Amino acid sequence: MKFKFLDHTADIKFQAFGDSLEECFENAAFALVNIVCKQKIKTIIKKDIKVEGNDLEELLYNFLEEFLFLIDSKNFILSKFKKTKIYKKNDKYHLHLEVLGDNLKNYQTETGIKAITYNEMWVTSPSEDRSKKFTCQVVVDV
Amino acid sequence: MFKNMKIKKISENIWEIPCEGKMNVPGRIFASDNLIKDIEKDKTLEQVKNVACLPGIINASIALPDAHQGYGFSIGGVAGFDIDKGVISPGGVGYDINCSVRLLKTNLTLKDIEKAGKKEVLHSLFRSIPSGVGRGDKLKVSKEVLNEVLINGAQWAVKQGYGNSEDYIHTEENGKLPNANPNDVSERAKARGMPQLGSLGAGNHFLEIQIVDEIFDKEIAKVFGLSSGQICIMVHCGSRGLGHQVASDYIKLMEKEYGWPEYDRELVNAPIKSELGKKYLSAMACAANFAFANKQLITHWIREDLKHYFPEIKIEVVYDICHNIAKFEKHLIDGKEKEVLVMRKGATRSFGPNRKEVPQDYRKYGQPVLIPGSMGTASYVLVGTKKAEEISFGSTAHGAGRVESRTKARKEITAESVKKQLAKKGIELEAGSFKGIVEEAPEAYKDIDEVVRVSNKTGIGKLIAKLRPIAVMKG
Repeated sequence: MKFKFLDHTADIKFQAFGDSLEECFENAAFALVNIVCKQKIKTIIKKDIKVEGNDLEELLYNFLEEFLFLIDSKNFILSKFKKTKIYKKNDKYHLHLEVLGDNLKNYQTETGIKAITYNEMWVTSPSEDRSKKFTCQVVVDV
Repeated sequence: MFKNMKIKKISENIWEIPCEGKMNVPGRIFASDNLIKDIEKDKTLEQVKNVACLPGIINASIALPDAHQGYGFSIGGVAGFDIDKGVISPGGVGYDINCSVRLLKTNLTLKDIEKAGKKEVLHSLFRSIPSGVGRGDKLKVSKEVLNEVLINGAQWAVKQGYGNSEDYIHTEENGKLPNANPNDVSERAKARGMPQLGSLGAGNHFLEIQIVDEIFDKEIAKVFGLSSGQICIMVHCGSRGLGHQVASDYIKLMEKEYGWPEYDRELVNAPIKSELGKKYLSAMACAANFAFANKQLITHWIREDLKHYFPEIKIEVVYDICHNIAKFEKHLIDGKEKEVLVMRKGATRSFGPNRKEVPQDYRKYGQPVLIPGSMGTASYVLVGTKKAEEISFGSTAHGAGRVESRTKARKEITAESVKKQLAKKGIELEAGSFKGIVEEAPEAYKDIDEVVRVSNKTGIGKLIAKLRPIAVMKG
């Protein structure tokens, strides 16, 4: 399972999983896209993304927020990731990747997302969690 | 969920969480026995209690009949703060800054709409007003122009020829919150908002053609220009990506500068008089003005569009109210008039007679309060009261309020059943997304009739008219 949605009265809560931290973050982004659009997205436009964070939660927050920014400002919706890399340097976490996607106007959209929140957000590694997967949880404001 | 929490019924439809522990004031909840059962199901009461712990809060932490769990403050949450000792929290305003409702009245009747074809008219509006995720692009503005929008709100739009001064005169704050400095809004927020000016958005935002179904107070309805059988149009939208980014930006900045209260990370805040507090209020005012301009543009396009069907049509603004906002207002505190900062999150201002903030033509009677129902249910016009000024910082409910999660709604309800249900009631629906229809299904919301009944009974908003939808457009 890449991700699953959980119950929340007003907002949307999901968990994403991966064998690596990179895969876990990618799947969180796919969960986000799944809220906005259910159709298969073509890989027409390429973008480079670089984000950083003081901890993994902040890294995840900044990473996901980048997609809200791309949807609203560039009408860009993601389809695929390439060369995803998360590393720690000078006490900060960094994430670099290439993302492929398309113009959102070519698709049927569903729900708009207002913001990523720190509400109930966590990132766990296999050592902390017996499921042997990297897992993260996010609540987005819709 | 919080059955252990002490909650006391102090009178019919009013409940109290007594002041204890870190609370500076008690919690006060306006709800019927039925509505309190819904409110108890999620974190609303805990959130009311947490808000009561914030520094400088005055009188009570308030929750209105439509309250449900939100970010930091509950939706339907209201609090007033001492300007010297108090704080401002982006969680007390919400992500969709100045999410708001405008009611337009027309000189049409149901017959006129039916003659032109309800479906055609709705489809035409759907085509001329951008809606849905991310979409906008009907209007291209430069950075310089966007800055003017952020400073002048609806008044900018009117100056450009999109409407007339009567429109913004009948808008809360004359469609322009003061002290809005675009330099306090990040480039990122501007980039999100720029392509979205003049668009409805998605989610719970909508445009409805409604008919005045019932009048409860003839005299005041007449003052507001409403009469039985009249066609009205209601627009519900906000500040789009720009407001969302302003909220996100300042939550981060305040966390960095001040950390967060141990009782709730979501209630991150800054002193009202601090540099950061002032900057947030300025950025919030910019986002509010974006929302005011947004609805003014949509009003203009509605007028242009309906002219094709009804050359003699007259469309006027009844009123335009804010749902998610913080404002400096004068209130009586311990018998003395005092300026306080009131945060309304999913709440409507409900000022009684003789407040200078209310337009001249309504002032003697009080401010119109607009309470939209969920998709396909009735909406209401109320009038603000002195009683609301006394017990709820001049505030009342803002809508039906959710009871069911979006995830659950998607599992249990189908778009087809919602469409059928609406068709049975004679309501035409056009939506950009099936998922949107399902998530906004009436079953996912509290009973709007009961919400306004509690408002009316407790005296925080007096019923004037009931409007029933005949056509709904959703993003």
